[in-house]
Amino acid sequence: MKTRVSSTLLVASLFSATTLFSAATHADSLTAVSFGGAYGATQQKHMLDPFMEATGHEILFENYSGGIAELKAQVESGNILWDVIDVEVIDLERACSEGLLEPFPMDTLPPGDDGTPAMEDFSEEALANECGVGNIVWTVLFAYNNDTIGSGKPMTVADLFDTEMFPGKRALRKRPQVNMEWALLADGVAKDEVYALLETDEGQQRALDKLASIKDDIIWFDSWSQAPQLLNDGGAVMVQSANGRIFDAIQSEGKPFEMVWDGHLYDLDVWAVVKGTKKKALAEEFIRFATGSKPLSGMPDIAYGPTRQSSYAYVDPEIIPKLPSSHLDEGLKASGVFWADYGESLGEKFNEWLLE
Amino acid sequence: MPAHLSIKEIADSQAQLRRKKLVLFAFTLPLLLFVMLAFVAPIATMLYRSVYHPTVAQLIPQTLKQMQGWETQPDTLPDSDSLVTFALELKSLAGERRSGKLAEEINRVFPGASSLIKSTARKLKHLDEQEIIASQGTILLDSHKKWHNPALWHAIASAGEVWTSRYYLTALDLQLSPEGAIESRDTRIYLKLYWKSLRIALLITLLTAVLAFPLSYFLANASSAKANTLLVFVLLPFWTSLLVRTTSWIALLQTNGVVNSTLKVLGIIDQPLELLYTEFATVISMTHILLPFMVLPLYSVMKNIDPSYFRAALSLGAKPLPAFAKIYFPMTLPGLSAGALLVFIISIGYYITPALVGGTDGQMISNIIAFHMQSSNNWELAAALGSLLLVLILALYWLYDRMVGVNNIKLG
Repeated sequence: MKTRVSSTLLVASLFSATTLFSAATHADSLTAVSFGGAYGATQQKHMLDPFMEATGHEILFENYSGGIAELKAQVESGNILWDVIDVEVIDLERACSEGLLEPFPMDTLPPGDDGTPAMEDFSEEALANECGVGNIVWTVLFAYNNDTIGSGKPMTVADLFDTEMFPGKRALRKRPQVNMEWALLADGVAKDEVYALLETDEGQQRALDKLASIKDDIIWFDSWSQAPQLLNDGGAVMVQSANGRIFDAIQSEGKPFEMVWDGHLYDLDVWAVVKGTKKKALAEEFIRFATGSKPLSGMPDIAYGPTRQSSYAYVDPEIIPKLPSSHLDEGLKASGVFWADYGESLGEKFNEWLLE
Repeated sequence: MPAHLSIKEIADSQAQLRRKKLVLFAFTLPLLLFVMLAFVAPIATMLYRSVYHPTVAQLIPQTLKQMQGWETQPDTLPDSDSLVTFALELKSLAGERRSGKLAEEINRVFPGASSLIKSTARKLKHLDEQEIIASQGTILLDSHKKWHNPALWHAIASAGEVWTSRYYLTALDLQLSPEGAIESRDTRIYLKLYWKSLRIALLITLLTAVLAFPLSYFLANASSAKANTLLVFVLLPFWTSLLVRTTSWIALLQTNGVVNSTLKVLGIIDQPLELLYTEFATVISMTHILLPFMVLPLYSVMKNIDPSYFRAALSLGAKPLPAFAKIYFPMTLPGLSAGALLVFIISIGYYITPALVGGTDGQMISNIIAFHMQSSNNWELAAALGSLLLVLILALYWLYDRMVGVNNIKLG
């Protein structure tokens, strides 16, 4: 064992010495930013490492927790530290129109490995914004713990709000996003009317009233990383979560969790170039590489769906039914436009409601 | 020996004195610079940001100029010249990819305006300038019914003010009506949160004082070997990472955590108590985290109190309790004041612990400031909320000075 460790060390130091050397001679370094955790590790494995290997460039991989505050601070101060950034579409709309991101030349995207031109290969939503190239389809859904849920199993969003049939705590992320949509869905509003209704005072009040009906049974949390733990031993029988985290807990830790796809709110993440970076060309080269058929096909490792059709040829057929892209009919697309309009005012209203 | 110094000698000695002062000043210069750069400058820019907001005025200067005078008429739209100017300015902003900035700013005053302005900007981008001018503004009005709402135009005018009290009014749950009167907002949240933070901070100060007083008394009167050993137990948590201490409270308080399982085994409860994600959790974990700030000043002050005063009071016939209250306790006040002030000021702006264990009802004002910094990107409102918190603390400090006297404070 000891010899193995030392030989690994040796290899590692040799490797880093060569990368240092090569960095000093011909390669540039790029700073990419994403969300870390299992997701970051998957991107490292399928996008960053192969890119570094293929081109000899070095990529520093940093984490952030989403939102556009840090991006805004960098661009406004002119002190650009990031080159490429993984952005949730819910933030992309704002980041792009505020001029925090560079428009991406979509016509330079390479065709899929099967020869399909990029414009047809990518899903329409993946290229909908001029600043970003879709990277994954992920979703927010709720999951329950088979050990604690009891005899009946929740099937719909309405069941999440039914504390008589399914007693116990529900853990929800403390923000209006997703919760407001779910409240209206559970109250019988049709999917395509949810956002139109939420624009009105009555709709907002209706959603808050529905949430109020289970207020005493809600545990609020702040970060997705808390979700699996709350379902495991944190006393919640149902929990709102990004699907990858629940999938990971089931797959690699064998937890008795079950995902409910009804009313899930799916969204995309994109790769985008930070406005004002000195390495724009290299950043674009990385994005073209990372959104190729093969790198994208690695994302289902943690149950996030690839955004281009040609990637599915590489994906394990057993995993495909567990990807959000296979459940789009049951779900609702999270509206970046709506939340750009009402994120702040509903954020205040939601906080006021919490304090009541 | 001459009785008086010559003029030259006086000048020399003065020059020497000046040099000395300069050298002394040079010694403090690094600290001074540090304080200016790391403390005074950020606070000053924060105060500045909360009242000075030129963004909109820079984006649509012509429109705002033309709308002057119209603002006093609450139920009418601006004249067609203003509409045309606005459409032209929006068109050129769209060309420079800056319309999103305008959209966000207006949206802050008029929720829902963001998508309206962005979609209109996209439409205008492809239109000819002459066409917009010829339409007299109808192109704009026809693009969406919301443009017919006078309230939207008032929102644009109000967002265009360079010097504004809007953020302070919002931070106090107030707003300006179109007529210019101050009225209360529909959403009332910030005053509640200030009040709550104040209440929690006072409660924590009280709890730490009650817990720290007997402990410090014991430490101060124990043998020095014993006191030093016990002091380690006070300092050890103090040296542990804040996150570790907060997370251990999560482990203790959660539904199937240490506290609940112990109570269950002992047969005291059947159902687990709801401890985590409550105000109780915030108060108890912050009390634990801030306890050393109370113990240390109290201990060092008590250590220096001469025990003979207390003995003298007893031998002069005082009962132990009055002797304690009238002789010993007043002498501990400087330490108690210092500890209370430290704990109170630290806890009123506390962020991490309430965010992690506070859940819904354990939120404090700092959490909403973080929300406006990180999620809503309303840095101006965050700055106004932060400034008000600063004013609140200074006001309490002033009150404290009037009642107790700041000179009384002793940290050691």
